[in-house]
Amino acid sequence: MIVNSILLIALLCVALWAVMTRSLLRSAIALAIVSAVLTMLMFRLHSPLAAVFELSVCAGLIPVVFVSAITLTQPLSTKEVLQHMRERLTRFWYLPFIIVSSGIIFTFIHLSSKMPLPGAEVDKDVRILLWNIRPLDLIGQILILLIGAFGILIIFKEKKENE
Amino acid sequence: MNSEIARLFWSFSPFIIMLFIIGLYCIFVTFNLIRVLVGVEVLMKAATLLVIVAGAATGHIALAQVIVVTLIVIEVVVITIAAGVVIGIWRHNNSLDTRKIRQINDEGISDE
Repeated sequence: MIVNSILLIALLCVALWAVMTRSLLRSAIALAIVSAVLTMLMFRLHSPLAAVFELSVCAGLIPVVFVSAITLTQPLSTKEVLQHMRERLTRFWYLPFIIVSSGIIFTFIHLSSKMPLPGAEVDKDVRILLWNIRPLDLIGQILILLIGAFGILIIFKEKKENE
Repeated sequence: MNSEIARLFWSFSPFIIMLFIIGLYCIFVTFNLIRVLVGVEVLMKAATLLVIVAGAATGHIALAQVIVVTLIVIEVVVITIAAGVVIGIWRHNNSLDTRKIRQINDEGISDE
């Protein structure tokens, strides 16, 4: 439980860093660390398959997409970033305060098990569940991936025509 | 329900809510389109953690893993498409600041 708490606090801190840091590249790196910490939590909650997916895709692929987007757009120069820093701080300085105060509130409220939750059941193996009971999920995933690929194609095709 | 498992679920829930708050705050407050995507990512992480914790608490951990795999696929596609749209917007408007983009679009409409 102590390890879980440490990991959860680390998750919150890194997520705060991802949101508050002025450099977008650092944000992308922080998101990868968030995914890595989430992976550790998933392993601790006995979900190795989802953890491996999270580590390979969310900590590996998505930061690459972010870094590509940041490099291709070059949003702001260092000088402009410094100019916007004060304005950003005025907008974001509330966030740690909100998070800490909500944490204190939740600690005192004591979210408890008064709300009914279903009883524990033992599931089948995840592979059996995926292939035999929920095969439609796989079809949905393939469709979503195709939609993504075609979406990117359409976006860059329009750009080519505009040029 | 086993009290130990229930305690696990309710000890995770404040952190999940706080992660949600971080993501929502980022989306509402920022003017940079890439940072909006960062907020969406943080929200997705909170949703993923919620599904896994709910699965662990109710004993449906295999089902939770299947749902999380689907969630991750959706997340990747959403982020990739959104990044493509953001790059397209930058090439069209030369800015990622939503205030500037709105201003440019308003000027374009008034010119027409």
